[in-house]
Amino acid sequence: MLSERFTSLRAAHRRALVCYVTAGHPDRARSLDLIRGLAEAGADVLEIGVPFSDPVADGPVIQSSSQEALEKGMTLNGALELVAEAKLPIPVVLFSYLNPIIAAGPNVLERARDAGVSGVLVTDLPVGSDAEREAWFGAGPLDFVRLVAPTTPRDRMAEIAKHGRGFVYLISRLGVTGMHAELASTLPASIATLRSVCTLPICVGFGISTPEHARTVGALADGIVVGSAIVQAAGRSVREAVDLTRTLRAALDEIE
Amino acid sequence: MTASVEVSERFGAFGGRYVPETLIPALDALTEAYAEAMRDPAFTAALDSALRNYAGRPSPLSDAPRWSERIGAPVWLKREDLNHTGAHKINNALAQGLLAQRMGKHRIIAETGAGQHGVACATVCARLGLECVVYMGEEDMRRQTLNVFRMRMMGAKVNAVTSGTRTLKDATSEAIRDWVSTCEESYYIIGSVVGPAPYPRMVRDFQAVIGREARGQMLERAGALPRTVVACVGGGSNAIGIFHAFVGDKDVELVGVEAAGHGLHTTQHAASLSKGTPGVLHGAMSYLLQDADGQVHPAHSISAGLDYPGVGPEHSHLRDSGRATYVSITDDQALAAFDLLARLEGVIPALETAHAVAWIDANAGRWKSDEPVLLCVSGRGDKDVAQVAETRILTT
Repeated sequence: MLSERFTSLRAAHRRALVCYVTAGHPDRARSLDLIRGLAEAGADVLEIGVPFSDPVADGPVIQSSSQEALEKGMTLNGALELVAEAKLPIPVVLFSYLNPIIAAGPNVLERARDAGVSGVLVTDLPVGSDAEREAWFGAGPLDFVRLVAPTTPRDRMAEIAKHGRGFVYLISRLGVTGMHAELASTLPASIATLRSVCTLPICVGFGISTPEHARTVGALADGIVVGSAIVQAAGRSVREAVDLTRTLRAALDEIE
Repeated sequence: MTASVEVSERFGAFGGRYVPETLIPALDALTEAYAEAMRDPAFTAALDSALRNYAGRPSPLSDAPRWSERIGAPVWLKREDLNHTGAHKINNALAQGLLAQRMGKHRIIAETGAGQHGVACATVCARLGLECVVYMGEEDMRRQTLNVFRMRMMGAKVNAVTSGTRTLKDATSEAIRDWVSTCEESYYIIGSVVGPAPYPRMVRDFQAVIGREARGQMLERAGALPRTVVACVGGGSNAIGIFHAFVGDKDVELVGVEAAGHGLHTTQHAASLSKGTPGVLHGAMSYLLQDADGQVHPAHSISAGLDYPGVGPEHSHLRDSGRATYVSITDDQALAAFDLLARLEGVIPALETAHAVAWIDANAGRWKSDEPVLLCVSGRGDKDVAQVAETRILTT
């Protein structure tokens, strides 16, 4: 379903808007309203984050949303129930640290598919880190989305692209998730290098939060991922997060 | 193809490199720089010289006549408490500091629990002229005010970590976040045999000097290898350090002592090897205190240095292979042992070490009179005196 979505976007010369939410934040009921609202507001892909107790790749906004969600009892299984209940018209990518996935048992990827999830992205399972588990993800029913960092050398980018499915998630800057006023100056070069070794759609995330960012990055990549800005807005109100999504959608649609 | 695309090194099923992609090139560079440095006689000579002339190695092996009488077997103390800065942590900090310098990194990041690793890093950075940023849980800063003061005296910046449990686990997460953001200019000196490869192996190699010396000292002084080698285990660096030289000696029993906190029957302990299950935290697969959903369970120990829900992956392997045995000691037992070693031998051990002291003491009579027991006195207890006084365990 991810590849179909990207194929139709490409045909329409549109850029993908990938929206991240932390499952169960600010609470379960509002989380459900939020993901439905984001899909209606023009998100192309929803990344549903499984809250984890030790999110080393995340900045303060997603750390605290994860903490809140955990305190309210959210789990990986809870996130799958949320997805099943939402019945979204757009593809859903499960976004998780490895440990909750391992703990969820050997049939978790099948259960995720049954809940309506299309892809899976694991923050702390880089290419080459664990052949057995990577093969398990690769052979499973979900598109295994891989990450590329600004530090990744070109030959490794090619290796990652070869192992990835759905799209490649390019991290825009060094560091953890979170909002920044400026985009990293190295980003255009990273996108160009990745493009030269990768046929999958490229979506850029980390530090993308404003319509200006969306226009700039959308002009270079196939899509953008917005996380912390949406999570922070959702912490204030679902409406605010939905409005932000509309604004980002409009900005992306101004391209070309 | 780059080194990172091979399956990363492991200890049996444990270890690995479960980190964000951003760090992979930094870990590759570190792996390569470490291998090169160890092949370079100039580097190993500089390290040996620093250990000898700055840290005070070799550390002595002390007999413990009064305590031995009580135990019924000769107990020997490997005195890492006599190293500069008061613990074994300096062995690793010095070595990694020299490696960082060799790699041209000017900014050092460290996490610390009890503060001993933070102090060791601050010390090394002062000596080598490197910038030092230490992450320490707010709760640990309260328990270890003296060490916070020492780090600041030597010019380190100590950042209070207020997330999660406000102890070593969250300090480590925060140090990793810093490193993900600054990996091009910063070097992360992990303080224990934890974290992604190559750290567990590299830190073990840098701490293995403890066991190498102790093995020679035992043969020379006791005329025999120890029957049992005992060390406390939080992340497990002093334990791996003293175990490593003895792993091939099949008749030498290796015992690691974890913190049982309020007891293994409660949830308030730090006994990852005794009560945990395999999982991934801070870049490695290892035994871990976690719930059924894979969320890491906060650890508890009176000793800040053992207050960690994970453990080094090599210990997990030694556990599963049966080569080492892991036991645990409660807060109360450790507090009593803190007092015991002070009174019987005039050695005030760190609260971490006191766990190992307590296990030996609880097993008095277990050894024959010709079966020596070797204890790693991983650190001195000066840092803990104020906290112990608070508990009013010392009666005069």
